[in-house]
Order: sequence, then structure tokens, then C-alpha cells
Amino acid sequence: MKKEFKVIADLLPQNIRVLDVGCGDGSLMSHLIQEKNIEARGLELEKENVQKCIYRGLPVIQGNAETELHQFPNQSFDYVILSQTLQAFYNPEKVLKELLRIGKSVVISIPNFGYWKVRASLLFFGKMPVTKTLPNSWYNTPNLHMCTVKDLFHFCIEKNIKIKKVIGINENNTSEIKKSNLEIKNFFSKLGIFLIG
Amino acid sequence: MNYKTENIKHIIVEKPLKLDCGKTIKDFPLAYETYGKLNKNKDNAILVFHALTGDQFVSNINPITKKEGWWVTAVGPGKAIDTDKYFVICANVIGGCMGSWGPKEIDKKTNEPYGLNFPVITIRDMVNAQETLLDYLGINKLLCATGGSMGGMQLLEFCSTFPNRTFSAIPIACSTSHSAQNIALNELARQAIMADPVWDNGKYIKKNVQPKNGLAVARMVGHITYLSEKGMQEKFGRKLQEKADYEFSFNADFQVESYLRHQGYTFVERFDANSILYITRAMDYFDLSKKFKGGLLEAFKGQKIKYLVISFSSDWLYTTKENKDIVIALNASGADVSFSEITTDKGHDSFLVNEPEFLKTLKGFLDSMHTKFRNEKRI
Repeated sequence: MKKEFKVIADLLPQNIRVLDVGCGDGSLMSHLIQEKNIEARGLELEKENVQKCIYRGLPVIQGNAETELHQFPNQSFDYVILSQTLQAFYNPEKVLKELLRIGKSVVISIPNFGYWKVRASLLFFGKMPVTKTLPNSWYNTPNLHMCTVKDLFHFCIEKNIKIKKVIGINENNTSEIKKSNLEIKNFFSKLGIFLIG
Repeated sequence: MNYKTENIKHIIVEKPLKLDCGKTIKDFPLAYETYGKLNKNKDNAILVFHALTGDQFVSNINPITKKEGWWVTAVGPGKAIDTDKYFVICANVIGGCMGSWGPKEIDKKTNEPYGLNFPVITIRDMVNAQETLLDYLGINKLLCATGGSMGGMQLLEFCSTFPNRTFSAIPIACSTSHSAQNIALNELARQAIMADPVWDNGKYIKKNVQPKNGLAVARMVGHITYLSEKGMQEKFGRKLQEKADYEFSFNADFQVESYLRHQGYTFVERFDANSILYITRAMDYFDLSKKFKGGLLEAFKGQKIKYLVISFSSDWLYTTKENKDIVIALNASGADVSFSEITTDKGHDSFLVNEPEFLKTLKGFLDSMHTKFRNEKRI
């Protein structure tokens, strides 16, 4: 399983209700159900992934998070997870608000545009960065609203969203990100995982 | 219809059943069929609810009409609902005409067929009657219950009335209540039958005749609603029926006309006109939220059933939106629900034809539920 999923799983307590928005083929859901006795639900846009989840007996709803989160009642889940998708929405702010409405807590992971290799690519080569976490070219990327760990951090403060924990991932190393080390972690983290709400 | 149905496999339901209309019935026949074998642990039973013009003969060859069962694409050895593995049960709805208690049966009080003296039945009445079959077969909890169209309506009613009798449920291309358009289309079918002078207020059956023309038109209306515009255009377009040019007459010049006429006139052989009146009425009256004053959410509250809702992109009779409304209500009640929309041009009929994506989804869900149900039973 991806390092990111392990970090997310470690953030969650046992025996809770979780909505995985953009649950893919259900790998994270299935891990959460087996390891933490979590009652997991998924929302997924891609038909193939929806079918994979169904074959695995995972409850998944085919739908678009941008437009269909309204179907979930207020505070109906303990945690809502959004893995590396925030930047792909037309209106990430609206989606974020919806996630906070549905979940008592929200876990969001983002590919960090402030990672040094991303910065270097633009600075030294003058080209839009293509990395492992940002594998697409400028013309076919689904990412409309790229941001850095620092951006999201400041966004939460600005919007009065409570930041409970932020974890940076670089290869196999994880470290907690705080206000005090934000600059340096924003430079060295490939991925940022935010626990908010 | 032209077939005798006296010797069809059936049970006599002795338990008094209070109908929604207020009448109480008992000692009535409920015809059914089963496929495959119930295993020792009784963890492989699947109940199928049939649609408006369906019957209990889901798979193989229908012994009465000698035609293929109506869901032979999905049910049978090695099929999505694999009868080598699962025990499949289907009953003819009350109000129907394939051996269950319906308007063409003899009213013991008058010794004549009921006709319009048959009480107006509802989806809930149909479901209540079928529950007794599970008792008879000794099945406490089904692995799964499923049904498309009116079968899906029965299923939703079944789950909210008997939430502990099935482990999982697959409602297909259905809704929790009929829209104005649904009711209007059913009314068109009923009016076509009632406008046929042979119908004679439902008394045709005593005279041993049938309102064939009216019933055929009713079926033609139905058939148009089961196909999508695109599917129909691709299949028929403006193609002419075995002729080079227009005949300048009202014969079936176009292939689509010939198709509809064929569908209409073969249908009258196997279906009773009064049954169409009663069953379409039951569909129109169906409103799952009505019983639960808190709305749909209440209907699903507290259920442990694992749902898979399936809709078809080109179905305009029971649209994806209507199916999604079921999902939303299930979600709001905290139920375990999956949803998939199958992309197809085959319209409402998609669940009856060979639609690989649909059949794969059906099989994948059932097999995973079987594993889960077995584990649950073991614990």
C-alpha cells in the first residue's frame, strides 16, 4: 500500500464511519475496514474503479464529488478523506466546505507544488514540472488549482478552519509540519496531509 | 391469453392477508418456480421479483409458453446469477395471470372468474404474499433479493417491510413512486384495453374472448417506453419492412411498425388484459414514502441490508435521477449502499438484454455478498 495511505490510516481511530471521496479502486477503504474495523463508504467518478470496488464488496457510489456531495447529510461521517484530488476541482473552496459539513474531521492530501524539485524545474528549466506526484504535462493535467503546503496552511488559518495536524511525506520519511517549520517542510515535502475540522 | 395455468407449481397461502384496500384474503394460490439448489447452510437463496409483464419463469424454457425465461440473460448455469451456485426463487405476483391469484381466477363465491370483482391490489400486497413463500421454503434470510422495474419497487417495499429477511438487495432501474409521466403512460395502456368493446367491463373472460386489439396497443405503448430513442433509431431508423417503397396504405410499411405490431399481438397470447389493469394500478399507487410519514429516509432507517442500486443511462422510464434519489435516501439513513450507472443505448430494457457491463456488475456484487454472508453466518 502507498505510504500516503498508511499515514492517513494511522491518523484515524478504530470503529468509526469514514467517507473516502475519490476512493479509486478501494485500496484505502479495504485497508481501513480490515485493520481498523472502520465503516467505510466511497464516492468515485471513474466507472472502472467503481466496478472494482463493487467486486470487492466495498460500498461505493458512482458520482462526481464536485456536484454530488450534497447527498450526504451534515456531520454524517466521523472522518471524510480526500486524497490528492483537491487541486482538480473547479471550485476547491466549495468542495472543502462540503467536506467539513459532512465530516466531523477531514483528511486532505495534496501534492506539494512547493517541493524543491518542482520549484527547481520551473526555476532552472523554465518548464512546468513533471514529477512522480505530478505526472501529467501542462496540457493534459487534471490539476486546475495547484497549491503548496504553505498555501493550504494559510488558507485554513484565513478561513478559520482548525488545523489539527499536518504531516509531510518525502519518499519514505514523514514528519509533522508546524507553523515553526513550515518554510523548510514546504521545501522538502512531496506530499502534505492535513487533518482539519 | 391462450394458455392453461391450472397445473403450475404453486402453494396455497392459508394465512389471512389483509390487503391495503381493506379486504382480507386467505387460501389463495401463489405460483412460483425455483432454479438451482438450496445449500445446507441456506446461504445461497436469491429472490427475484418480476416486472409488469413478467412471471415466475426466470430462466430456462418457460414450460407454459415454451419460450425462453424472461431473465435468461442473467440467470442460469454459469450466468451472472449462477444457478450452479445459487438457489433462485421467483413467484408470480398476485394480480398476475401465471397461476397466482388474479382477476382471471375463479371467485369461489360466484363460481365465475373475478374480472373487475377482483380487489385492487398494491405492491405491498404482492410482497406480503411472497413473504409466505419464504416461510414455506424454509428460508429465514435470503442472500439477496433483486428485481428490475416493478420488480425493483417490490424489492424496496420488501426491504422496508421485512428488513431482516435479506442480507443484500439489488434494485434495478426503478423508483420509489411513479411520476406523472409514468402514471400517464400506464393510463394510456389501461385506456387502450378499456376502449376495446370486447373488454366489456372486464367480463370478456366469461365469454371466452379477449380484448386483443386493446391489449396489443397497451403492449405497444409499453414497448416504446422500454427502448431509448437512440436505440430505436439505430435498430429501425426509417427502414421499410420487406418492401422497396411506400405502399400508400396503412399497412406496416416501416420496420418499427411491424416490430410493434408483432410485439403487441404475440403478447396477447400470454397475458390477461385485466391483469394489466390491476398490475399497472398497483405500480401507480406505489409510494414508498407514504407509509413512512417522515419520507423516504424513514423507509430505510435502521436497515442492515447491503444495497447496490443500478440505473441505465438511456432509461427514460425510470431515469438515473430517480434511481439516485433512492441512493440519496439510503445514504441519508446511513445505509450500506453502492450505486452504478451503466452506460448503454438499450433503454429501460437494458436489464433484460445482454448488457455485459451490467451483468459483470451484478455478478461481482453477488459473489462478494455471498462471501460476506457466509462469514456472517459462521460468526
